[in-house]
Amino acid sequence: MVGFLFRRIGQAIIVLFLVTVFTLALVHLFPGGPVRALLGERATPFEINYFNNLYGFNEPFYVQYLKWVGQFFSGNFGFSYHLNQSVASLIGQDLPKTMVLVLLGTVVSLIFGIPLGVYQAVHRNTVSDYILTGVSFLGYATPTFFLGIVLVSWFAVDVHIFPPFAPQSTSVIAILGQPRALVLPVVTYAFLLYALWSRYMRSSVLDNLVQDYVRTARAKGASERRVIWRHVFRNSLVSIVTLLGLSLPTLVAGAILIEVVFNYPGMGLAFYQAALNVDYEVLLGFTVLATVATILGNLLADVGYAMLDPRVRY
Amino acid sequence: MTDATLLSGDATELGLAPTTKPRGLSRRAWEVFAQNKLALAGIAFVIFIILFCFVGPIIYSTNQTNTDLSLYLCRPSASHLLGCDDLGYDELGRLMVGGQTSLEVGLAAAAVSVLFGTLYGAISGFAGGFVDAVMMRIVDAGLSLPSLMVLIIASVIFHPTKTVIVFVIAFFYWFGVARLVRGETLTLRTREYVQAVRVIGGRPMRSVVRHIVPNAIGTIIVQGTFAVADSILILAVLGFLTLGVAPPATDWGSMLSGGLTYIQGGNYWWLIYPPGVAIILTCISFNFIGDALRDAFETRLQRR
Repeated sequence: MVGFLFRRIGQAIIVLFLVTVFTLALVHLFPGGPVRALLGERATPFEINYFNNLYGFNEPFYVQYLKWVGQFFSGNFGFSYHLNQSVASLIGQDLPKTMVLVLLGTVVSLIFGIPLGVYQAVHRNTVSDYILTGVSFLGYATPTFFLGIVLVSWFAVDVHIFPPFAPQSTSVIAILGQPRALVLPVVTYAFLLYALWSRYMRSSVLDNLVQDYVRTARAKGASERRVIWRHVFRNSLVSIVTLLGLSLPTLVAGAILIEVVFNYPGMGLAFYQAALNVDYEVLLGFTVLATVATILGNLLADVGYAMLDPRVRY
Repeated sequence: MTDATLLSGDATELGLAPTTKPRGLSRRAWEVFAQNKLALAGIAFVIFIILFCFVGPIIYSTNQTNTDLSLYLCRPSASHLLGCDDLGYDELGRLMVGGQTSLEVGLAAAAVSVLFGTLYGAISGFAGGFVDAVMMRIVDAGLSLPSLMVLIIASVIFHPTKTVIVFVIAFFYWFGVARLVRGETLTLRTREYVQAVRVIGGRPMRSVVRHIVPNAIGTIIVQGTFAVADSILILAVLGFLTLGVAPPATDWGSMLSGGLTYIQGGNYWWLIYPPGVAIILTCISFNFIGDALRDAFETRLQRR
């Protein structure tokens, strides 16, 4: 187990290195380099030279990389020239709001996705299974933003049940204080994820239903309810833990789109606006942060899987 | 070869040939596929949407280059079946032109990423050892990139033309394909026929291209089908974020983005539902086809 942990962490560090090199290199692909992005189209060569010297953009790539990584570890995630604010403070301000959206959406989707996935597996190939499968397929094929637009036009424009925009505030408490405005963004987000969990849970339960331990449990005279919920369900849940860890990129991407559709003032919206303004240090900082979160998520998923399932040997 | 043909001819003359031709593997796979009504509906819809987008403009001719502000948001009528958008473009005609972009980019991006991912995965899995470890860490890194964020950055950097978008999407999609094909290769490389190639002095590349890839073709085709649906969705996302193709060209996602501006103002349903429904139906169709193909290839494997 310890050996496995070390090997797995070693891999994560290599991956992290590759990703950061890639991201920094990508930003240097901006036409004319990062300084041109910063100063705009009409910057004079003198200004460009001056800024290149000031920020060290004319140094070799590896020097810039090392400098940048060093800054990152000391908590300096960069500075937004557009918002005149440090990226760290931007993250501190927006991350909690995105977390509210992501957590609420994930919890709601799990509450529906897991039991319905189990239900579908137990009642496989019945009408209700087909209908729910259809719903999941719809979830897979529907662009998140389209669902958001449709929900807004139904429940905010045609019938004024919910406000069309997400709560607007700089503080998390104020946002939680407007639950009605949170409904549409959270429902849109949850539907996207619901398809993922319910499909996965269905196939996972189906896999487990044919295992020997299910026959043993039935042979002992356990009730069907006990077989499903005490035996099959708990074993199927193990693989959902892995999926949760691996879905972080999906969660991040979903959050960006939902925030743009509903104008929800989180990290996704800030990132999108930074992209439109070519606010490259924000882009860099947010991307690397999301990547670190993803790599950590994968690592935790692997370790969690190894701990939850005693059969896993490394 | 000639002998065999003669022999089977003789057999027919003597009445000894089997009366029904033994059914081949691909035929059995097709039967399993054809039983799946959803997949057939999916194929039918894909054919329909391709005709709609590429042949449609010939029948229903509209001006999709010049704007006409006198037709600003006009309601659906006999002359404009699905109304007009905010620049006076005919919405039905726009749906066809946008669909061309979506389908072309979707298919091309899927083809590029599957082609590259397959070769990469097969080489990595076949090489094994240190080369495999290095190649797979690169894939790990690619898979842990927050793809939408990097896609947004890439679209800001590179001016989005169709070709650029194809490669940008493919760049983020091939990692998954590579990992899948590598897994398949790991089981295939131990097979006797692959080892036989090495024994008779075949180059490694020959094993990969002539033996491993053809035997993993089921996985590859299934993945390719899903890749089309995913690429169309990714393009729609980019279009929605106004990072897609530049006007007057459009795609279904860009059309939705235009429609979003007007949902508060009144009932402009024709700006939202046609492109949205087109995306959903096209993606569902490709997903149905992919699912059925997987079943078909699995039965083929089971009976082998």
